[in-house]
Amino acid sequence: MQSEVIIAGFGGQGVLLVGHLIAYAGMLEGKEVTWLPSYGPEIRGGTCNCTVVVSDRRIGSPSIPHPAAVIVMNRPSLDKFEPAVAPGGSLIVNSSLTDRLPSRADLRTFLLPASGMAQELGSSRVANLILLGAYLAATGVVSFPGVMAALEGILPSDKHPLLPLNRRALEAGIEFVNGAGRAG
Amino acid sequence: MTHTKRLIKGNEAIAMAAIEAGCRKYFAYPITPQNEIPEYMAEHMPEVGGTFLQAESELAAINMVYGAAAAGERAMTSTSGPGYSLMLEGLSGIAAAEVPVVLAQVMRGGPGIGSLETAQLDYFSATKGGGHGGYRNLVLAASSVQELFDLTQLAFHLADRYRILVMLLVDGILGQIMEPLELRPLPESELPELPPKIWALTGMGKRGRQNVLSTMLMREGQVMEWHQRAAEKYRQIEEREVRLATHLWEDARIGIVAFGMMARVAETAIELCREEGVPVGLLRPITLFPFCSDFIRQSTAHIRRFLVAEVNLGQMVEDVRLAVEGRRPVDFVGRPTLPPPSMVVESIQKIWRELKDGETEER
Repeated sequence: MQSEVIIAGFGGQGVLLVGHLIAYAGMLEGKEVTWLPSYGPEIRGGTCNCTVVVSDRRIGSPSIPHPAAVIVMNRPSLDKFEPAVAPGGSLIVNSSLTDRLPSRADLRTFLLPASGMAQELGSSRVANLILLGAYLAATGVVSFPGVMAALEGILPSDKHPLLPLNRRALEAGIEFVNGAGRAG
Repeated sequence: MTHTKRLIKGNEAIAMAAIEAGCRKYFAYPITPQNEIPEYMAEHMPEVGGTFLQAESELAAINMVYGAAAAGERAMTSTSGPGYSLMLEGLSGIAAAEVPVVLAQVMRGGPGIGSLETAQLDYFSATKGGGHGGYRNLVLAASSVQELFDLTQLAFHLADRYRILVMLLVDGILGQIMEPLELRPLPESELPELPPKIWALTGMGKRGRQNVLSTMLMREGQVMEWHQRAAEKYRQIEEREVRLATHLWEDARIGIVAFGMMARVAETAIELCREEGVPVGLLRPITLFPFCSDFIRQSTAHIRRFLVAEVNLGQMVEDVRLAVEGRRPVDFVGRPTLPPPSMVVESIQKIWRELKDGETEER
């Protein structure tokens, strides 16, 4: 079993961190993982993405043209990566920063006003963790405790006071998707 | 749950392995896509009492490496294609003086300044010498972060054993990805005892004679002596140091040959084709020089068709054709940026159709 996800947004939204957390949690859970950042002549404020593969077996190419899931944090990323999602895959969208709806009907689509939800939690900077929570609930590729352990492993200790806020953000994303599932 | 592994970038793994292997002198000039190496070295070399020095140019960096290695230290540099070209004068000199040096070349797209897209365009320049004078490098190509860590340690050992430049030829994408890494030193069994560096420039002391290392071979007959010695050294390396990996090779009739990251793309393609019943397998050269020519020649007994896959328009394919000696057809698939598995699958399917049609005609 192999799962791939591309996370895309503006530089500074925590795109690479979300990918790092999924990969790290996968590693802690005994899976094979790769994390591949977009890499080129980047500009400040430009778009940014990374590809993460979590697998039970040895991973072939870490570059995935059609991933099983995509998390987009802004409009340019939605335009670029909506067509890339594998048929029947999952599309998780920060609807606070996208002024159009996804157009594909063959995907499991989750629209979260993540920037707004993050502000309600007290910091717009945790929008990425809300979307990650939605990804966990939508796909189950890695576990919530796995991601919390990854956060502890990745964040330097002077940032550990932020762990409760990050936990609340993850939980908000998970609850959003689970709630939507019940409503549907 | 396993906690012994860390999630590490390929470039960082090179730097960590170098320090693990006892490298204490690192000189370099920054260039993407390998800047995590100098970044790591800048932070961690001082912790182990080593030296990190950012040189004013690649030319300066390689000559600093030459000097440190000539004094018997384990020394290295790292760069990408454009920097490698600038270092060639120094590398030819290092070859002439037979000084053990490790160099990591994290490839970008090219030629010229090129791009940051991952590619394997520097197979020729790495394996056929690069600089002037007819010398060879020992070239290692990893396909995972763990293997990069292991091979970097091995590189220092091989450099010291043969007094040769050992080059890690690294796909740009392998430098950039993070994968789980177990920080394990190489087992002693893989590291036979090394000869003492009696040639090193450590000051005459009680030795009673001066050691001299020079890139000049002006004395009559000296060029001949150098090349005879080098030929013997390269022969020993080809005899002892060929390293390769295979996957589903023994029962394969179509044999894919690919190195580095391309081998992983090919492996995915092979698994897709195996599900359709196509008997295809993978040979992954780990040493690009010495090349696994004998193994390939022996494999012509059961491999009916070879397919070489590279992230370029055909370089290693020449070495495969030389090894096959015309006994089997050798096809090529590739492009100068990482192909998707589907591109390799199409080539395999085409070859498989031709093989089956041929067998029908034979009947």
